[in-house]
This record gives sequence, structure tokens and C-alpha cells, in this order.
Amino acid sequence: MRRGWAGLSVVSILVMVFLYGPILVLVLYSFNAAHLSMAWRGTTLKWYAALLHDDALLAATANSLLIALVSTFGAMCLGGLLALGMEQMPHRRQRMIEGGLVLPLVIPEVMMGVALMLFFVMLKLPLGILTVMLGHIVFNVPLVTIMIRTRLRKLDPALREAAADLGADSWQVFRYVTLPLLRPAIWGAVLVAFTVSLDDFLVTFFTAGPGATTLPLKVYSMIKSGVTPEINALSALLLLISMACVALSLHVQRREV
Amino acid sequence: MATSSTPPFLASDQSLSPTPSTIDVRGIVRRHGAVLAVDQVSFQVRRGEFFSLLGPSGAGKTSVLRMLAGFEDPDEGDLLIDGRSMLGVPPNRRPVNLVFQSYALFPHLTVFDNVAFGLKMRRVASTLIEAQVRQALTMVKLFGKEARRPAQLSGGEQQRVALARALVNKPAVVLLDEPLAALDQQLRQAMQVELKSIQQQAGLTCVCVTHHQEEAMMMSDRIAVMHQGRMWQVGSPREVYERPCNLFVSRFLGVSNELPGRIGAPIGEDRLFQPIDADQPPLTVRTLTSEQAGRPATLSLRPEQLRMARERPATSGPVLSGRIEKVLFAGSDTKYLVRVGPERVWETRMTSDASLPSFAAGDPVFLHWSLPDGRLFFE
Repeated sequence: MRRGWAGLSVVSILVMVFLYGPILVLVLYSFNAAHLSMAWRGTTLKWYAALLHDDALLAATANSLLIALVSTFGAMCLGGLLALGMEQMPHRRQRMIEGGLVLPLVIPEVMMGVALMLFFVMLKLPLGILTVMLGHIVFNVPLVTIMIRTRLRKLDPALREAAADLGADSWQVFRYVTLPLLRPAIWGAVLVAFTVSLDDFLVTFFTAGPGATTLPLKVYSMIKSGVTPEINALSALLLLISMACVALSLHVQRREV
Repeated sequence: MATSSTPPFLASDQSLSPTPSTIDVRGIVRRHGAVLAVDQVSFQVRRGEFFSLLGPSGAGKTSVLRMLAGFEDPDEGDLLIDGRSMLGVPPNRRPVNLVFQSYALFPHLTVFDNVAFGLKMRRVASTLIEAQVRQALTMVKLFGKEARRPAQLSGGEQQRVALARALVNKPAVVLLDEPLAALDQQLRQAMQVELKSIQQQAGLTCVCVTHHQEEAMMMSDRIAVMHQGRMWQVGSPREVYERPCNLFVSRFLGVSNELPGRIGAPIGEDRLFQPIDADQPPLTVRTLTSEQAGRPATLSLRPEQLRMARERPATSGPVLSGRIEKVLFAGSDTKYLVRVGPERVWETRMTSDASLPSFAAGDPVFLHWSLPDGRLFFE
């Protein structure tokens, strides 16, 4: 028994090292004073400072944030309405839509990126910030719908009936009962969609045109000329933001019943 | 038709029903797929009355309640509240409020906001809301807990909030769906008394769904017994308990000690009754003298109608011999299960009074009862 447990913890530790080791190294080297060298030359924050003076990088950051904001908003509107609308549908159709929603999550993202690019080209939509936003909305809608729907199905239907019984019309039922009870799921979905959009590379890569460079694209192009400590610093920051978003999302969803 | 000649017509119509019922249900039918959930149910509920729909689960009583609340519509028939047909009227426009079995309190709102919900939806001025909510909370003895969330309250307190949330709107009818089912036995009994006194004090008209016969009898002015979508009997608790219209109602409202047999020859005003169990001698029963001899029937008696004696009692009334099979002490009462036939055990009760003769398992005894108490049910 004890021996089994020991074996299990060794495996667990190895998995953790494998998962988080590279990230840890990256974060560590973002503080390394040496340039283009694996040798440790003391701690510094100068790479972080350098980021702040890189105009191209700041532009990419602005693009990323704008795209994440708009696509999160778009996905929330569409996904939220879809989740609410599905509740009213017959069960067979609900299951059909559910299947359709999972599909974008399981097909290879490269395919999705290529498909979206071809689609936009066919529509004669010039590739740029707008197409990236649309692309991000496409993969965020299923996420948002599934998250909100999960919560919606956990709500006691008697709550909405009680509100109606107490004189609330359908808008008031939504406004004063359904919406407040969905709030944790809504904030959770916002944070997840925002993070996924901020981190996305593949769909962005295929749907972005000139002038629509996002942070992940920028990192990729910088790497072509070698891994600099600046990239390490940038990646560490991105990592921090993503982790904060996901942690916050889990927190708001767990807070209420 | 809407000319000046109509008023006398209307006046005479009203004089036909001087005390209009608050609820008038007329032959409603409700189908769930191929199943008839509610089958031709009609009843009236008077103002200030506590009316219970009693029946086992699946009897259709909850469907009736949901149709009164407006969550379901009848497939046939009509449903009037205060003289107005409710067909097609959505739940939020009906003068009724439902107390849900699960209470359905809004978890994100405080006790105060839960109770104030109905008033806010009707856009009552906030100063009035404050006073009315306080009054309702005082009535259910929850004053001082306005700021709590439902999750911070006990089951009994949640029940009170649910009640206050309905009462505060002063509805024409309060609908109660198994209101006390979620409470433990002791709390349940205390709430039965309290609910009844609140109802009387506020003059509420209540329609209550329950499967608990004792609860229905304690709280109701009238009970409607439902089974398989149909309403079998409507009457006061005493009526339905003492004069059930059939064996189902008799069994559902309490213990029914039964003895199947056949109607025999007349003796004076009464008739002989030959039990199906060969070893029992004929008994006398009271039924119509014109009743055909040989007709199968079942005799039924309540436990408290039976007297138990060690010696054959010197009465001309019906007597059944048996042997005590089990003695079940239940505090103030003691239950005796008496075997009166190879496949027949009757139940009787006696107060656990030490001064009364005591019986033990295995004792041969005689059960006797007064002739009019024995009720006959024909197939």
C-alpha cells in the first residue's frame, strides 16, 4: 500500500515537472541579466522595462486587448442568447445544437483557421482586425454557451415559476431572477473567453492581415530572430494575465451556490 | 344582446348565487400525452375556506393546483376565480399566489426582498412595501430576520418566508403545494396548527395539495379526495372519514378494517351478512332492506369503532372472534393487531391506561361494534 503511494507521488512529481518546468525556466530567464546566453548573470528587470519602450509590442498589446474585448462581448451576446433560447426548445433540437456546439471545440484548430480564412476571402472581407474578431467570436460562442447553459440547467425551474406567480412578466423574471442567478456563470464565461482570445495563435494567424498583429503573433515573429530575454519577459506577463483570469473565473463561479 | 334590456337578466342571474364562490372549477380535463392526469374535475371553494386536495402521488392534484396558478392550461372545462374565467390568463395576472413545495425562495435575495418581490412587481410605493412586508413577517413570526439570506434560515423559517411572500400580496386564493412535506414530524405538527391559525386570522382562502391524510383533516374545512385524475368525494373531514363513498377513500383516509362477504336474509330492520371466511358466523349489518340477497359487499370499520373484550359480549350487535397477534405500544395509544381470519388482520386501538384491562399477544378476544358504524361497500 505505502509503496504504491510512493510510486504514485514520484509519477505525480514527474508530471508536474514536465508540465511546469519549461514555464518556470522561461519565467526565471526573464529576470536574467545576460543577453542571448543561458549563463546566469544576475537578476534584472530591464527586459520588462524594455517591453514598455517597444512601440511595435505596445501596438500588438493594444490589438490583443481590443480583439479580446470585442470578441468576448460578441460571444457573450450570441452565446448567452443561444443558451437562453435553447431552454425553450424541444429536447431533440437541444441535443442537436449541443452536438454542433462541441464540434468547433474538437476539430483541429488549424482546420478552423484555414476554413475561416477561406470563408472571409470568399466573402471578400479584407483580412484584418475585424476578421480576427469574428474568428475569435466563432470559437468563443460554444465556450460561453456551454458555461451559461450548465448553470441555467442547474437552476430550479420553480424559481422562475415563483417569480411569475408573484406578478413578474417574462422580462421581469429574467431581469430579477434568472440574470442575477446566472451572474457567476456570466463572469466566469467572460473571463474564460477573454483569456482564450488573448492567448489564441492559430485562428489569429490565419485570419489576421497586415496591421492586425496580436501579442502571440508578435512573439512568434520575434522568435524567428532568436529567443531574447525580452520574449521571456513578455511571455511571463502573458502567462500571469491568463492565470489571473482563469483563477478569477473559477473563483466567481464557485462563490455562489 | 348588449342593450339596455340586459340588466334585469344579469340581476336575476346574480340572485341565483348570492354568495359567489372564490374558485369555481367546471369539468376540467388535463392530458399529459396519452394519460388523463385530470379527468372531469369540478369543485367550488368558498371565500375564507381551507380546501384540501388529498390523494396519493399521481392522483392529479398537483395538476389541478398548477392549472389554478396558471402554469398549465386545462384541455377542457373552465376555471373561474372571483367569477372571472382564468383561461388564457398568464400566472402573473392571476389573483393567486402559490407556496411551492420546495419553497422556491430566491437565493440571491434577502428575506425582506423575497417577501417584497410581489409588491415590487406590482410597483407598490416603497414606503408601503416596507410596512406591508413587516406586517407579513410579523404574522409568520419572522420579524427581525429581514436581512438574512434563505440559505441562512432553517427549514421551518424558509417555510414561513414562503408563506409570507404569498400572503403579503393579499391574493384572492393562496395555493399550497405540499406545504409541510419538507419539515420533520414535530415541526410539521406545530406548523399545521400555526398555518391554520394564520389562515383563520387573515381570513385566507386556501387550496392545499397534500398526500398526508391527517394533515388534510386537521387543517381543512373541506377535503376533496382524488385518485387517478378523478375527484371521488368532497366533504368535511368528518364526512369523508366517517362516510367514505368507496373503499379507496376509506383506505386512504385511515385504517379500514375490512371483511368481504355477501348480503343475507333480513332480520327485522337489518340484514344478515355472511363473511367470506367460512369459520366466521354471520353478522348483522345495516343496509337497505330492498338490497338483493347474495350481493357481494365489503364491510369496513375504523379501529376506534371497535371494542375489544375477553368474553363474548352480551349484545345483540355484531361480534367477531379473533386472536391478538401483536401488541404495539405507541405512547398514549396501544395498537392491537387481531387476526380475525386466515388472511385477515384487523387493527384496533385503546388508550394506554393502566386501569383498563390489558391484553397480550395470543389472547383470544371478541371484537364488537355498534351496528350503524359498520359500513358496507358494494363492488
